[in-house]
Amino acid sequence: MKNRALFSAGFAKIFGRGWLVAGFLFLYLPMLTLVVFSFNHSPLPSQWGGFSLEWYAKLADDSEILNGLWLSLKIALFSATGSVILGTMAAFSLVKYKRFRGRTLFSGMVSAPLVMPEVIQGLSLLLLLVAMEHAFGFPERGLLTIWLGHLMIGMSYAAIVVQARLQTLNPQLEEAAMDLGARPWQVFTLVTFPMITQSLVSAWLLTFSLSLDDVVVSEFLSGPGATTLPMVIFSRARLGLAPSVNAVATVIIVVVAICVAMASIWVARKERRLAAEISAATRDDS
Amino acid sequence: METSSRSRWVPRWWRGRSAVIGIPYAWLLLFFLAPFLIVAKYSVSEMGDIRVQDIVSVTDGVVRFSVKYANYVFIASDSLYLHAYVASLKYALCTTFFCLLIGYPFAYFMARAKASLQPLLLMLVMLPFWTSFLLRVYAWKGLLDDGGWVANAIVGLHLDRVLLAMGLIESPGQLMHTTFSLLVGMTYTYLPFMILPLYANLSKMDLRLLEAASDLGATPWVAFWRVTVPLSFAGIVAGSMLVFIPCVGEYVTPELLGGPQTLMIGRVIWDENFSNNDPPVAATVAVVLVLLIVVPLALFNRYQAETREKRQ
Repeated sequence: MKNRALFSAGFAKIFGRGWLVAGFLFLYLPMLTLVVFSFNHSPLPSQWGGFSLEWYAKLADDSEILNGLWLSLKIALFSATGSVILGTMAAFSLVKYKRFRGRTLFSGMVSAPLVMPEVIQGLSLLLLLVAMEHAFGFPERGLLTIWLGHLMIGMSYAAIVVQARLQTLNPQLEEAAMDLGARPWQVFTLVTFPMITQSLVSAWLLTFSLSLDDVVVSEFLSGPGATTLPMVIFSRARLGLAPSVNAVATVIIVVVAICVAMASIWVARKERRLAAEISAATRDDS
Repeated sequence: METSSRSRWVPRWWRGRSAVIGIPYAWLLLFFLAPFLIVAKYSVSEMGDIRVQDIVSVTDGVVRFSVKYANYVFIASDSLYLHAYVASLKYALCTTFFCLLIGYPFAYFMARAKASLQPLLLMLVMLPFWTSFLLRVYAWKGLLDDGGWVANAIVGLHLDRVLLAMGLIESPGQLMHTTFSLLVGMTYTYLPFMILPLYANLSKMDLRLLEAASDLGATPWVAFWRVTVPLSFAGIVAGSMLVFIPCVGEYVTPELLGGPQTLMIGRVIWDENFSNNDPPVAATVAVVLVLLIVVPLALFNRYQAETREKRQ
């Protein structure tokens, strides 16, 4: 009996490890293959023709990809910054103000873009822009309109991330600041803001990467001459496999992996320091 | 404190408060609600000679409303649309099922791994989540296309016969642009969405409950099914919603990995707008899709509200 229990416990352990390893292989092997084949000399995607950096060299002359990258970076920078500002305001309204007219509609509208298919968001914003163009002759479709679409989606994600953080804050800290005579704005800049910085950084990175990755909304809202990097990749991928896509994909994957690793180390360190400060400040109470 | 500060600072305080609420509110009204109302309006308009006819017209001082149901009648009568809706729901359900099948044991073993190892495992699950969605879909194109190593392995092991028998592919050896490639791609891209809420739920479970079950004579297998699974039900529901809802309206994966057999509703909206140049029909399809998504979402919200009430 005991042997059987030991045997089944051992089996469960091996099975569990095996499942985890298989799962991670499933998650990572496709990406690894993509990276490996970006160094493939042969233009055929399935045959290994020896190591080569030629696709990276060609990337430097590929003006379509370089222009797309530059446009995407500009849009992502503006949309992440705008999303975090608007999203923080929305999150703040929802967490701090429990009663105002139309709060239900507001909270619904904040989270709705998260579940709305991108095709519908793209279409609806396009129809709005068409109507606006018809009425005012403004705005022309291009960088500005793509930015608008990304801001729309990014704001909701930023609001969710910041809201989660604001809900965990101890309201007594803000009340204490108010008791000490701080104005609402000072309470925000001196007390609330330093405590939610990590979530602002996470929200910024998340919305930046969402914007840098978006195809559907950009396709709906872009005009002639405004082709973002994902739009270039998508149009090439639609036609078939392209070594240039593998090379640009590898660059993106490496850059994103480094940024995410650095950011998460920074956030973890900041969190630890904050926890230490709070426990030092409140030690006398207990 | 609250009352005294309010009586002295009412105007200033109100200005700050109404700006904090007002700016995002106005933004959402203008760029979320208004566009959606325009979509709804388009769906009850008809294409005129060149441009879409207005639903409100003023002739000789008389305001006329001309709401047309023709688009709804049209998409109801053409079986293409019905097929696309059914296919979208079917593929979304299958993807959710496969994600749960792979993701539940994964999240379970992750939550039971050594505590010191867990942050690293979590980070490894999150990382693909950060890398481009588009590139993750594209990666499968290289693997499943003729000569890709996964395709070679499947054909070499004669597994393509099994897939053919299951109706997931149409001819042996041809794996790309089939139901199979579509489901693999969607399961792959949405798997982290399933794992993360399940892990969050399972890692919070009180392990003493399992000890109690074992003291009462339950084998680990019985304890798993009668204690762990019911307790993680909220995580299962949350993960399934996170996978199912975006899958229904998915466009990129069916376009890159699917074939002519796998027409999903996202592609229909896209084609109506871009290829057929018929925004009213695209808008009608979109309105129906929103209704399809709202129903499971409303059920989910009710379920969440109920569990919250029960806990209190």
